[in-house]
Amino acid sequence: MMKIPLMIAALLSGAASIGLHAETVSDVQNTYLTRGAGPFDSGRGEKLWNSRVYEDRRCADCHTADLTQPGLHKRTHKRIEAMAPSVTPERFTDLKKVEKWFRRNCKWTWGRECTAQEKGDLLEYLKQL
Amino acid sequence: MKNWIIGTLIAVTGITAAGVTAGEYEREYGERSEHENHGYRYGFRRPDFAPVNDALYQDECGSCHFAYQPGLLPAASWWKLMDGLADHFGENAELDADTDKQLRGYLTANAADQVNRGRSPGIARSLRGNAPLRITDTLYFRRQHSEIPLRMVKNNPEVGSFSRCGVCHAGANEGSYDEDSVRIPGMGRWED
Repeated sequence: MMKIPLMIAALLSGAASIGLHAETVSDVQNTYLTRGAGPFDSGRGEKLWNSRVYEDRRCADCHTADLTQPGLHKRTHKRIEAMAPSVTPERFTDLKKVEKWFRRNCKWTWGRECTAQEKGDLLEYLKQL
Repeated sequence: MKNWIIGTLIAVTGITAAGVTAGEYEREYGERSEHENHGYRYGFRRPDFAPVNDALYQDECGSCHFAYQPGLLPAASWWKLMDGLADHFGENAELDADTDKQLRGYLTANAADQVNRGRSPGIARSLRGNAPLRITDTLYFRRQHSEIPLRMVKNNPEVGSFSRCGVCHAGANEGSYDEDSVRIPGMGRWED
């Protein structure tokens, strides 16, 4: 008797947890549009991705030059799943996570936070890989 | 009906007996924590540190490095560490305010000087009020690893650093650092 309500509850909570990450790259980019950025350009994104402020660091150092391959953090040796959404489908689908890593990695790699425009451009480049 | 009562009695007795044993073990363990690890002395497995049981902590911290059990450092160390996440041993590991607050709560409640479990009290005592940022800087850690030569860890390409607990300690994820379960990659079983 108790089983049916329990099953419904389980299904509902399952749906809720899926709903939490139902964002797409476009949803994330739209957030940057609402902050006054756009339109986004993949060429600008790629240029930024390869740019260097400090001698000893750029994106590819940890994410590797081939973004369909998993990266390796150069200091912690942590495996980093491939940046390309064609290989790692959940990439860029969680705004909170995207924002966290942009904040950390823009500061670490270029010494400052990225603008909404730069984030949108970087995503424009990365999402098609 | 009778079987049910007898079954319950046996179960209750069993739990009580186990509880006493655990208490004895804890007292014994606290006393001995500066020396050897006798994790199997009483015939059941009990971790040296309460295992990580917080999904947020596991995800936020453990996605970059081994998720160190909060019981490895005192609360003051964890607060200092959380205050410096913008330069976290050379990395930027900043968190949003909400996550930061939740993690501080978890770390504080389970810190070495807040819990009476396994090796945590021993670590807290050995610090005498100091609050190091690195577990490897605690006197307790250094004593436990003083016999390990550089070639086995730092200069061992398969290990590289003392910060990667799980590489040699097979039970590290469960909070168990029993000496008998140490396997140093490329070196074989650790013989005292």
